[in-house]
Amino acid sequence: MVATTNKTRRVVIEPVTRVEGHGKVTILLDEDNKVQQARLHIVEFRGFERFIQGRPFWEMPVAVQRLCGICPVSHHLCAAKAVDWLVGGEQLTPTAEKIRRLMHYGQMFQSHSLHFFHLCSPDLLFGFDADPSIRNILSVAAKFPELGKQGILMRKYGQEIIQATAGKKIHGTGAIPGGVNKNLSLAERDALLKDLDQMIEWSRGAVKIAKDYTVEHLEMAKTFGSFDSNHLSIIRADGAMDLYHGGLRAIDKDGNNIFDHVDNQNYLDYLAEEVRDWSYMKFPFIKSIGPEDGWYRVGPLARLNTCDFIDTPEAEAARQEFMAVTDNKPNNLTLAYHWARMIEVLHSIEKIDQLLHDSDLQGTDLVVRGERRQEGIGILEAPRGTLFHHYRIDENDQVTMCNLIVSTTSNNEPMNRAVQRVAEEYISEQMEITEGMLNRVEVAIRAYDPCLSCATHAMGKMPLEITLVDAEGKVLDKRSKSA
Amino acid sequence: MSQTITLKIDGVEIKAQPGQKVIEAADAAGVYIPRLCHKPGLEPFGSCRLCTVLANGRPCSACTTPVVEGMVVENETESLQNFRKQIIEMLFVEGNHFCMFCEKSGNCELQAVAYRFGITAPTFPYQWPHREVDASHPDILIDHNRCILCGRCVRTSRDLDGKHVFDFVGRGCEKKIGVNADSRLADTNADISDQALDACPVGALLRKQTAYQTPIGQRLYDLEPIGSEIESTGNTN
Repeated sequence: MVATTNKTRRVVIEPVTRVEGHGKVTILLDEDNKVQQARLHIVEFRGFERFIQGRPFWEMPVAVQRLCGICPVSHHLCAAKAVDWLVGGEQLTPTAEKIRRLMHYGQMFQSHSLHFFHLCSPDLLFGFDADPSIRNILSVAAKFPELGKQGILMRKYGQEIIQATAGKKIHGTGAIPGGVNKNLSLAERDALLKDLDQMIEWSRGAVKIAKDYTVEHLEMAKTFGSFDSNHLSIIRADGAMDLYHGGLRAIDKDGNNIFDHVDNQNYLDYLAEEVRDWSYMKFPFIKSIGPEDGWYRVGPLARLNTCDFIDTPEAEAARQEFMAVTDNKPNNLTLAYHWARMIEVLHSIEKIDQLLHDSDLQGTDLVVRGERRQEGIGILEAPRGTLFHHYRIDENDQVTMCNLIVSTTSNNEPMNRAVQRVAEEYISEQMEITEGMLNRVEVAIRAYDPCLSCATHAMGKMPLEITLVDAEGKVLDKRSKSA
Repeated sequence: MSQTITLKIDGVEIKAQPGQKVIEAADAAGVYIPRLCHKPGLEPFGSCRLCTVLANGRPCSACTTPVVEGMVVENETESLQNFRKQIIEMLFVEGNHFCMFCEKSGNCELQAVAYRFGITAPTFPYQWPHREVDASHPDILIDHNRCILCGRCVRTSRDLDGKHVFDFVGRGCEKKIGVNADSRLADTNADISDQALDACPVGALLRKQTAYQTPIGQRLYDLEPIGSEIESTGNTN
């Protein structure tokens, strides 16, 4: 809540919960109560880029993953991919690559499940205007016990995959420079196979819930925080969705390629980051378009838009249904993130199914080394979008430079746009602030599943405050909720 | 020298050989006395004080105190355990020990004794000293952030490797491990095969590019606490 001047008023939501660290939203209203500007501010973990300088490079996959407690596997693997380059081990053995992929799909499965069932399902099941006291996973479990159970057990299954491949459910050490430190034993494989069919069945059900919701609310979704945008992800050489490795592809709002199959090591020729004085986050953009219009979306929605197809049958069928809603043009609906996310859950479990039946996972050729380099870049698709790790080292193996572009950073501008759209649609020209109004702003942000959203969330009880102040600083209205 | 000495540790009678230190006799009898600077095969040093026991009522380091007939040793008393906890906590706060990404995690004796004592967080304030990493050597790295000044590398290099690569320099809180060169490890005759590298109980002295190769669950202290190897193999008779 901030006093304002000169016939403008500022609405502040602080802190926004279920987002990475502490965030706030500021909405500036003119004298007619129309939204002039809306911004999302998030404090990021920029410190990592600095304080890992001087550390030996082989620590990166284990050290840098500590910046997140929910998707550390993404940072673990992305750093490992960068470090592979430093030791000349980027061409992994089949066992090493498949173990890493299994870990990654396990991560995708658990993270997406957590977001959908624990964080978002209360909004979708009870409605944006529902009593906030019931908008939490406990109420979901009480009213929809089967769904509550599925959410918990799907997350558990993903974490068990991570434990089997990385040694721990959170912050493991499985990926090492040029490979992995363990394979998957037959006992570990059999334990995971036991619940596989159930997980596939529940994933199908999750896709149906997300699809039905989106189709049923399509008219609302067409405007709710939605806007045309560019989209970016990595893509396999044949155009298939690939969450672990591929060249960079960017498309515009109509699906035209801006660039395609860009070698990961050349990302700086195509992308740049802008700093703005009101946010701790940088704003990445596509160089050829420029900072004004070169921003892009990442994450499940972007990946569904950029890929030509998905190489697992059920997810591909789901993708085709998804794309049909927008006549096979890129889907730019913010609320469609949920559906796209569940299609990725189905894809991930199909991939897990394939991998668990692949005997390469029991191989013993785990590490490769080649020509040493002094610079390495790793890019992969984290649950929340494209993740970049870039390191330079000196002749003593110590890190001299680190650049991280995390998914939430890429989605910074889109989230700001989403907040702006929701504010314009639901807050403009309103003198009274309703709880549902507050929640709609958060629903739009939450659709992007900002990184660390889960680490600070308070099970549906959001410590959030909005104050509406007039031009003279007089408080017109104030609503707050505590954790 | 076949004479056997009888002593008691925490009321249990054990046999020892003349010339043995208390900690050696305890090890042989399956009684674990916590330690960090002590390592079998090295000259006793008595610097970490973690093995402090009461011998006939007097506090002394078990690694330097010889056994005598009829000695009564107190080891696992509440006051001694609290004293040891405080030593461990002080070691953690006077350096920069980030177990969460340290490559010695799971194989680190300092971490292992902390777990054994149930220490979850130090009660003393962190000192956050500024310390250097010497990565100049192509195969070996010294991370002074993690050094606990146990001197095991000093003794091993001098007595087993016959090199004297390491020694203490400075005093008080400025004390650190130095090398027998102007400044850098690269300028010494240290070698990747030196036994001194295996003597470090923490992650201060490391072979480069060997990190994290042992999966979690298979590291030294993942399954059994430190000291259990002594307790499970010793003979109290």
